[in-house]
Amino acid sequence: MLIKKPADIRPSEITSKDNYLNRRDFIRAGSIAGAATMAGPALGAIVPDARREKIGDIGTSIFSSDEAPNDYEDVVTYNNYYEFGTGKQDPYENAQEFRSRPWSITVDGEAAKTGTYHFEDFIKPFDLEERIYRMRCVEAWSMVIPWVGISLADVIKHLQPTSKARYVAFETLHDPSQMPGQRRRSLAWPYREGLTIAEATNPLAIFAVGIYGEVLPNQNGAPIRLIVPWKYGFKGIKSIVRMSFVEKRPQTSWNMAAPNEYGFFANVNPEVNHPRWSQARERRIGSGLFASKQPTLMFNGYGEQVAHLYDGIDLRRNF
Amino acid sequence: MDTLRQIRLIWKPIVFLLCLLPAALVLTDGLEITGRLGANPIEEIQDRFGNWALRFILITLTVTPLRRLTAWNWLIRYRRMFGLFTFFYGLMHFLTWLFLDQGLLLSAIAEDLIERPFITIGFAAFLLLIAMAVTSTNNMRRRLGRRWQKLHYSAYAVGLLGVWHYWWQVKKDITEPLVYAVILAALLAIRIWWRLRRRR
Repeated sequence: MLIKKPADIRPSEITSKDNYLNRRDFIRAGSIAGAATMAGPALGAIVPDARREKIGDIGTSIFSSDEAPNDYEDVVTYNNYYEFGTGKQDPYENAQEFRSRPWSITVDGEAAKTGTYHFEDFIKPFDLEERIYRMRCVEAWSMVIPWVGISLADVIKHLQPTSKARYVAFETLHDPSQMPGQRRRSLAWPYREGLTIAEATNPLAIFAVGIYGEVLPNQNGAPIRLIVPWKYGFKGIKSIVRMSFVEKRPQTSWNMAAPNEYGFFANVNPEVNHPRWSQARERRIGSGLFASKQPTLMFNGYGEQVAHLYDGIDLRRNF
Repeated sequence: MDTLRQIRLIWKPIVFLLCLLPAALVLTDGLEITGRLGANPIEEIQDRFGNWALRFILITLTVTPLRRLTAWNWLIRYRRMFGLFTFFYGLMHFLTWLFLDQGLLLSAIAEDLIERPFITIGFAAFLLLIAMAVTSTNNMRRRLGRRWQKLHYSAYAVGLLGVWHYWWQVKKDITEPLVYAVILAALLAIRIWWRLRRRR
């Protein structure tokens, strides 16, 4: 598979004059750091278990957006997480006491390394990266969020799916005692999502474990959630407890709830309107009372990386 | 002071100010004096005005049955004010959509009105509210005679269209529109019941 990268060189990638002139120092420092790493055990992804704690050793990514991220406040007080209520402030209000540790994740289905993993062990083999992504909700609002996560492609490679695995299915925790929204049938619990293997191994897809360099807050899907930035936000399943490699297309929660409104793919597409509202434009949260909506981009602006996944597929029918 | 003067000079101004309170709170929350409008202030403003328009149409439609059940005849003195507040909050909801949400972008406004049925019916309710608001004066009432009553039966249609508009707009959780629908159904049912009994 050909993996396309953004064509433009972003300003942050260009070496500054100072760094260029100091390049020999930089290389020497790097080789010392490299030697130190080789001597000790590999560091891997470690995420502390405390609210708002800083995460160490986060790399950067060429996939990060240059756009200014939203205020932290907006990201942690305004989102959909129906397990904690259907209002967009409900997750913030109702998820504070949620116990996101200890946490375990079960891997099952068509893969070599199935089993149940502690969250810490599950993420440890991988590198943490910051990914500043646009997030487009199906409700026509959007944000820019600096996630901290691990590459889903790396995770999948590590778990060694068999040739029968054509899809990856995910499930959220089902625990009505902790998740008040699950005491009502607003959706069929547990929340379910899924991707094709090709989508899941696209380099844009990540498991997020943090935001703004800090531990992922409960209301944003702690301790681990999916981020697929070219799709509507509801594909980004939160507080994942199960990951299954399957042969057949899995059921997904919003598709089960309203199949004519929410498809399996749910790619951001300004040309295919929701039956009850337009998807052509979006309101960028934080842009102020008098800012106009901005045009929504095909695949949320990530077409260069993902459009090839849908070659020959009618995106109007497969919305 | 007799009762009528007491209503006009004391109680009506008090009720008027109470009815304005939700609008004042939008302003003071917007300025972060009393609270906040949250991450998506436009949506919050639009929702609050829409909700209050719905609450006021239900309050307006409660006046007659409550008056009949309790014999509190003074209630009728407030009905027009409640009706006009329905119009006021409906207008604010409409203006928020027009200016803040759509940013006066004509193509998007036209598309919304034509292609989004929940906006079409909301707009229809708003047109009926305009018609009732402009004919709400004593003078217009006298001039229109029996036609005035017919026109103002539209209040029932506004209730139905308004609740329907809300029902269609929510993504999944219909709890809140359902609460409005149940109250509206009760208010209409009691009228139908009385009418049927009178015929017998």
